[in-house]
Amino acid sequence: MPTRPIRITAYTLTNALGSGVDASLHALQSGQSGLRPCDLQDVDLSTWIGRVDGIEAQPLPTALSRFECRNNRLAHLALQADDFSEQISAAVHRYGADRIGLFMGTSTSGISATEEAYRHRNEHGDLPDEFQPTTTHIIYSITGFVRSCLQLKGVALTVSTACSSSAKVFATAQRYLEAGLCDAAVVGGVDSLCLTTLYGFHALDLVSSERCKPWDVNRDGINIGEGAGFALLEREQAGGQGCLLLGSGESSDAYHMSTPHPEGRGAALAMRLALSQAGVAADEVGYINLHGTATPSNDAAEDAAVMQVFGRETPCSSTKGWTGHTLGAAGAIEVIVTLMALEAGYLPCSLNTEQPDNRLSANVLLESVQQEITFAMSNSFGFGGNNCSLLFGCER
Amino acid sequence: MKPVYIEAIGLIGPGLASWQQAAAILADDGEYQTCELPTLKPGMLKPNERRRTTLTIKLALQAVQDALASNRYPDLSTVFASSDGDMDIVDRICQALCLPDRPVSPTFFHNSVHNAPAGYCSIATGFHAPSTSLSGLNGSFAVGLLDAAVQATVEQQPVMLVSYDTPWPGALNRFRAQRSPFGVALVLSPQESAQSVVELTLLPGTGGDESKMVDSGLEQLRVHTPAASSLPLLEAIAQNSTARLVLPYLVDEQIAVEVRPCR
Repeated sequence: MPTRPIRITAYTLTNALGSGVDASLHALQSGQSGLRPCDLQDVDLSTWIGRVDGIEAQPLPTALSRFECRNNRLAHLALQADDFSEQISAAVHRYGADRIGLFMGTSTSGISATEEAYRHRNEHGDLPDEFQPTTTHIIYSITGFVRSCLQLKGVALTVSTACSSSAKVFATAQRYLEAGLCDAAVVGGVDSLCLTTLYGFHALDLVSSERCKPWDVNRDGINIGEGAGFALLEREQAGGQGCLLLGSGESSDAYHMSTPHPEGRGAALAMRLALSQAGVAADEVGYINLHGTATPSNDAAEDAAVMQVFGRETPCSSTKGWTGHTLGAAGAIEVIVTLMALEAGYLPCSLNTEQPDNRLSANVLLESVQQEITFAMSNSFGFGGNNCSLLFGCER
Repeated sequence: MKPVYIEAIGLIGPGLASWQQAAAILADDGEYQTCELPTLKPGMLKPNERRRTTLTIKLALQAVQDALASNRYPDLSTVFASSDGDMDIVDRICQALCLPDRPVSPTFFHNSVHNAPAGYCSIATGFHAPSTSLSGLNGSFAVGLLDAAVQATVEQQPVMLVSYDTPWPGALNRFRAQRSPFGVALVLSPQESAQSVVELTLLPGTGGDESKMVDSGLEQLRVHTPAASSLPLLEAIAQNSTARLVLPYLVDEQIAVEVRPCR
């Protein structure tokens, strides 16, 4: 088990609330949701989405044009915010490009490029010649793109475990740092809006026609969002500043492909493992960023798991009502929201939760609160029963 | 990095029905005849679940079942490595999205996640341990092997690597024209034990010319199918030989692996 804490020395996020940490923090503090009625392409579903503005207008630089697709554009946009690219350049200077690992999470990567290619098949059914699935669609493409963008040459991979993908990359990086295979790691998650997930979740009857309402008695599904989050992780050194990754917990439900274990068994196991690795007691945790997708069964299972591990006191919220469910990017984005909560002492409420379900017991925040906390957890759970909980701390 | 020990192996590929059969072929490096894969019916899946799964899922689980046939584990962390996952499902979903009302099948959609084989594996085995599904493009086998070795040594737990790839169907086929279905499962332990078959030492950052197969059919398989880039390693194991192998890693990169028999 990794024993050394990991310092998060830089981070950034881009989502429906805007690009960069300040845009998200400002929206969270001023109560502005990023959700809007679905206006993607010609999608005829009645739902709300968390769409990032400006992707269509910002093609990739010519040198990176082989990676051209919505997902990589979103990644590129995100890397420009908060001087993140510059901070990685500085890390490359410190450690060398071959000593910085890159671990990216995504669920569908640039599949919208393939959807588009299928719409442009010729009369023989052939896909267009300019279609480049290796650098746009397939799940390694996001890692290949970011590796080229940031000019990294160390160990790299894409984790794709549905909605826990970019939480797990933090645990992956922690292990590679512990094993000495890199001296620093860039981790991130990127997922972009596409027809596959909109119509796929719709087919599973998991998409809400209204704004998603985590923990609400009337919750009836998710709003799909898009976004990207990145962080730079380094081994703890004396005098370092910023939050620490103290513990990670990963588990499998071994129950069902698209429904969580009803008592949240795998989720509770992941949370306990993260606490135990960190050596932090449940009652020391000041905030939990819930996975909180707002489907009836997901929230019920997570509530049961939170009750088993934390009880009904620990403040928690789902931020899906602000950003939508960014799927494979949700882990990284919500880790960064958790870090913002730690650093700003600001616990965002569970937006759109109007009438809490009285069958659920977790202390879900209906109003945002200003409160200094020392430890916080972020939960991410995915299809296939794949769970990841991460515990962070902030020194004061 | 610290060595790991392979203690169970499973295999499925064209003309390679199991590790036992493949080991006999690889031990004297001849006799290989490619042929169509038989219809896969991995018994670890319940019949009603098996009906809902695809070739990619069945292939991965067939390799798992072969590896777990001789060794029993109460729980096991897993790493599932595949270059592109299930392109057959991508083809079906993208075709459906071109039809009126875009009728995406809910079953195909929930099977479309890259970790679908891992999810079915944990349901079938009851393993609650961590599971990672990843891709390293054409180097996915070595990327998965390194990740599994890192997990085994850092967490001090056995880890099962499952590496699998399937052909690209229909209109997508021309982008991966010569790929074959191939799945391999290796259980890695951080400690040597009576079950240990070989000791593996991975040497990240060291490259060189990729190790090749002498048999042209096996070499074709190795070159075109990422999971089959494991063949030189499997050959060294079958031949019980000490070897230093070079496997494809990330794009235009390689990784060296030292193999030493334990028996």
